[in-house]
Amino acid sequence: MKYKKSLYPIVKKEILRKNIFSIEILCPDIASIAKAGQFVHILPDNMTLRRPISICDIDKENGIITIVFEVKQEGTQRIANKNKGETLDVLGPLGHGFTLLPDAKKVVLIGGGIGNPPMLPLAKYYSNKATVISGFRNAECVILQNEFKNTGAESILCTDDGTAGRKTLVTEPLKELLANGNIDAVYACGPIPMLKFVAAIADEADVYCEVSLEERMGCGIGACLVCACKLKKEGKDVMGHVCKNGPVFSSKEVQW
Amino acid sequence: MANLSVNVAGVDFKNPVIPASGVFGYGREYEELFHLSKLGGIATKGTTIAERPGNLSPRIAECPSGMINSVGLQNPGIDAFISKELPNLLIKDTVIISNIAGSTVDECVSIAEKLDSTDVHMIELNISCPNVKKGGAAFGVHCESAGAITAAVRKATKKPLIVKLSPNVTDITEIARAVEAAGADSVSLINTLLGMRIDINTGRPILKNNVGGMSGPAVFPLAVRMVWQTANAVSIPVIGMGGIDSGKAAIEMMMAGAKAVQIGAAIFTDPYAPIRIINEMNDWLNEKGISDINDIIGSVKSW
Repeated sequence: MKYKKSLYPIVKKEILRKNIFSIEILCPDIASIAKAGQFVHILPDNMTLRRPISICDIDKENGIITIVFEVKQEGTQRIANKNKGETLDVLGPLGHGFTLLPDAKKVVLIGGGIGNPPMLPLAKYYSNKATVISGFRNAECVILQNEFKNTGAESILCTDDGTAGRKTLVTEPLKELLANGNIDAVYACGPIPMLKFVAAIADEADVYCEVSLEERMGCGIGACLVCACKLKKEGKDVMGHVCKNGPVFSSKEVQW
Repeated sequence: MANLSVNVAGVDFKNPVIPASGVFGYGREYEELFHLSKLGGIATKGTTIAERPGNLSPRIAECPSGMINSVGLQNPGIDAFISKELPNLLIKDTVIISNIAGSTVDECVSIAEKLDSTDVHMIELNISCPNVKKGGAAFGVHCESAGAITAAVRKATKKPLIVKLSPNVTDITEIARAVEAAGADSVSLINTLLGMRIDINTGRPILKNNVGGMSGPAVFPLAVRMVWQTANAVSIPVIGMGGIDSGKAAIEMMMAGAKAVQIGAAIFTDPYAPIRIINEMNDWLNEKGISDINDIIGSVKSW
């Protein structure tokens, strides 16, 4: 079976920033098969629809996955209200993850805001071959910087207002790194305008680029066709689905 | 173990539980979770003559005790369905109901003709999709057009024909009588109710289609009422759906007069919902000492 659904216990919960939560879930059968870039579909109490949340950390040895998410509305609020010892109804791991390149010598990982969490498993995989560019609105929003540093990856912190790290958009450091050459791949997750610019810059430098997208979902496994996104495949316009065809796409496939 | 098998329009179902059209695709994704042979039947995603890309995203939003969706009948077209999906479904040892959802009478007739030469077990004619600009629900809200499209499709196929009805009408029993008179073998109801959600922070509708079909437990009492009224108004079997999320809800729908039930939104909440509902129905019957599910169909004793 590719995915599992069960009630799994929360083993740790932290509030990282205002409205940003980190929850560690003991789910050995999911952790054992989860890959960087995949997501889990979590049912908030007394709601009809699950909420897709990307996996931020996979601890196969201890059977734990970590999700880091932002409370946006009632659904994510109900998930955030859960405490250590309580259970979450989790379906996962879902979607296909990032393409891992064992021979890559240098990659760039770009996270914008709450798009940073899915970059952590990639940073762990590539370690010192990776440069992580993390962008946030301001110092109050910065998350996961120690976690990125602990992977051995180089990290560049940017904020829109300069209250932490460099005062710049993530695209500036990306251009500098690409100008120096020898980048094998760019991976990104964040707001659509950021992804669009990242994809265009990578394309211009002729560097392979993958982006992780988000969309409102139904089933999460590819049956209901709710989470549609416009793709280009073999020169044809097609409607793909974030849950099954993604959430990770080659940036050249996406119709921005 | 109670007898759960039912017969709808001459077709035997091992149990009355059928994932509804749209939520279940062609079953491939759910095969990862359970054997499709455990299901009474499967209603496949609505099919048009040509491939349809569907509506733009977002296509779904949560509601109190339910959801609204506006997928817009995205599907690969009837030829791709028959060649790529149907063969895999027909070997699953469950009743396959092919849902057709054309925009014109001619389109529905062409699809029905193509299905007539396959081994599909039943056809469900959707005259009630709220998510397409033309056709769809337009057929289902007037007795004349509902009767006319049913009669035309009836001529095109010998397969048992279910007509799926819209609740967005003044009196659903009139539409049910019209399609019965036009040759339908069964009616299924209710399709979704037309709904809308607005993001008050942006002032925009959440759905890109502005409006969408509402379903889930919130619509259950309305569905029970319409199934009860319809079962009392026609002599063809009624398949009940709308907000069923438990074995007890399925039993209630069958007491109202449904010979079988379809499960929609509940599958998003719990992908195992159809299997859980079958088990819960069996447990309830055993607990009550009822040996045959058929004994409860339409058994409500009205005041």
